[in-house]
Amino acid sequence: MSTEALGRGSSVAWDDSFEHVLEPTHGLGALRLPELISFRELLYFLTWRDIKVRYKQTALGVIWAILQPVLAMILFSIVFSDVAKISSQGVPYPIFSYCALVPWLFFANSVQLSSLSLTLNPNLITKVYFPRVYVVTSPILASLVDFALASVILIGLMIYYSVAPRGVGVILLVPLLLLALMTTFGVSAWLAALNVKYRDVRFAVPFMIQVWMFASPVVYSVAALPAAWRDVYGLNPMSTVIEGFRWALVGTPPPSAGSVLLSVLTGLIIFVGGLLYFNRTERRFADIV
Amino acid sequence: MGASAIVGERVSKRYEIGRARQQHDTLRDAVSDAARRSAARLGGRLRRGPTEPSDLETLWALRDVSFEIKRGDLVGIVGNNGAGKSTLLKIISRITEPTSGRVGINGRVGSLLEVGTGFHPELTGRENVFLYASILGMRQTEITRRFDEIVEFADVTRFLDTPVKRYSSGMQVRLAFAVAAYLEPDILLVDEVLAVGDAAFQKKCLGRMGESATEGRTVVFVSHNMAVMKALCKRGMVLHGGQLTYDGTIDEAISRYLGNLEQMITIPVVKRTDRTGWDMVRVRQIRIRGGQRDGDVVTTGGPATFEFELAGQLPSTSCNFIILDDLGHPVTEFNSENPAPDDVFGSDAPTRFVCEIPELPLIAGRYRIDVELHAQGHLQDRLQSAAVFDVEQGVMGGRPVSGESGRGSMAVRHRWTRTADELSDVV
Repeated sequence: MSTEALGRGSSVAWDDSFEHVLEPTHGLGALRLPELISFRELLYFLTWRDIKVRYKQTALGVIWAILQPVLAMILFSIVFSDVAKISSQGVPYPIFSYCALVPWLFFANSVQLSSLSLTLNPNLITKVYFPRVYVVTSPILASLVDFALASVILIGLMIYYSVAPRGVGVILLVPLLLLALMTTFGVSAWLAALNVKYRDVRFAVPFMIQVWMFASPVVYSVAALPAAWRDVYGLNPMSTVIEGFRWALVGTPPPSAGSVLLSVLTGLIIFVGGLLYFNRTERRFADIV
Repeated sequence: MGASAIVGERVSKRYEIGRARQQHDTLRDAVSDAARRSAARLGGRLRRGPTEPSDLETLWALRDVSFEIKRGDLVGIVGNNGAGKSTLLKIISRITEPTSGRVGINGRVGSLLEVGTGFHPELTGRENVFLYASILGMRQTEITRRFDEIVEFADVTRFLDTPVKRYSSGMQVRLAFAVAAYLEPDILLVDEVLAVGDAAFQKKCLGRMGESATEGRTVVFVSHNMAVMKALCKRGMVLHGGQLTYDGTIDEAISRYLGNLEQMITIPVVKRTDRTGWDMVRVRQIRIRGGQRDGDVVTTGGPATFEFELAGQLPSTSCNFIILDDLGHPVTEFNSENPAPDDVFGSDAPTRFVCEIPELPLIAGRYRIDVELHAQGHLQDRLQSAAVFDVEQGVMGGRPVSGESGRGSMAVRHRWTRTADELSDVV
């Protein structure tokens, strides 16, 4: 029998009226916003799955969401306050560190889960089509539940230590949280996309997060640093988030205007950069995951 | 909107094998690779070195495939492993991009390339229905409306609130397929998913897919099961080595595909490249012989010997092969890892496996075999349609077996007893 190929060079009924045209894309690729919107229910279901599954078959269940920051707070209070005598700007050290741990652990846990999300679901990537960015987004949104639970304890601690929030300043927590979300998403998108190709990411992330924590004012305050450093600290958006949280909730001095501006800028760069890198590499995920 | 559902224009897909094989790229590799490449580039300025990726490193899974599928068509794609069937479905379903060429699509595409993708073992049946359906692109309102039907189709009503990890694999497949069966895309792509599940359920699914077709849906179907293809599809496309070699009726497509297989078999085993596995040891030659007296003729009820010669040597190598009938149904499997007292263990790192069958229980017809070698806990070599052989009419347990009825493919040694009840009134 003949194995000569059919159709080589022959014209088919191409009439330019197709609803979808699938062809090689180049460069950065478009963001395809309408598609993201049409798949929004999937984001909801993936988030809901991540929330439901996170503490399945653990004895303590959702208590872990509270235990993590509380245990860290106790440990930090002993090591950094009692032993190392780090200044907490006149605020009781436990609440000083807990107030930072709430946004910090949100960032750390999200990045840890989200950066592995693509490689943990290879079948989703190679067998079904949907906007892959949702796989990375859902663990972050699910972590917001932990964030909310940890915040409840924060309120309890504030009452216990009779620390009052800064009135209207509390509203600024919303843009601060937005900055945290942007940074978290950007970092996660970078790492998750890199991890598809380089599994080194899995080993590098825990270490990176540890370093990042000590580079952020979680156990200390930016005020303890030499003045020249304070603006530069804004390069780390999480630093501004943490300092902002403390300013709004426990009444420490605000982060410097320069550092806030720098943080918003780097936050945006991380976010947009992560999104673009993800978008550019997304089309190869199914071939290499 | 035209009458076409899917149009492909010179669709090609290239994989870089070097990259595909080393699944776990590391940064170190990338760095050393980049260093090597820039060094090569520097050297290349002086004398032309092998800097560009040569053809050996890339694989064209699809090459210049052009086709048109009309609305309501039922198309079966056949081809041996590595022919590009799955790649084509992945491109149409947008999972991967073509390297060149384009595909135009009219309508919503639903793809079922694997059943149960996205099932989460910790979630209950009910929760998984919603999750899986939304992954496949169903809207929540649609799922809610169809929920009872889906559950009934899957026959898992009693276990709806049990985590799926406690389900039997059969139940999981049923539930997953039920969700997929109620997807209502304009174009449904199905890849080999019916290979799982029991026969009764398979039939139910096929019925459901047939219904879809009468509702004007376009279905593109890939399977190694030719009988299913024949039953379901009207049109057939043959892919061979990444190229479309036939596009016409399903019957003709299947016979050409089987012809392809036989042509493959004329290639000496040692030269075959369509293999999968770690390849530290591979099959070099296969001989299938009948009894001593008849030489190479294999007959029903007669002795048969399957001999596999290996290239390479590894400890604890095992060999298994499957006999398939002419439509690609597996008939039976032989596995050296499953020992019997009569087995001879000459070497732990053998270079030859011989499987002797004293009475071949196959009726007359054409059969082929798929071979696999395993060692060190990994698949080393898999060769589908490694060899073909004909079984001639023969005698099983003294009973001539013609095999002409065409029912089944087995002949079994047996004995009849005819008795009459002594007190019978029958005269």
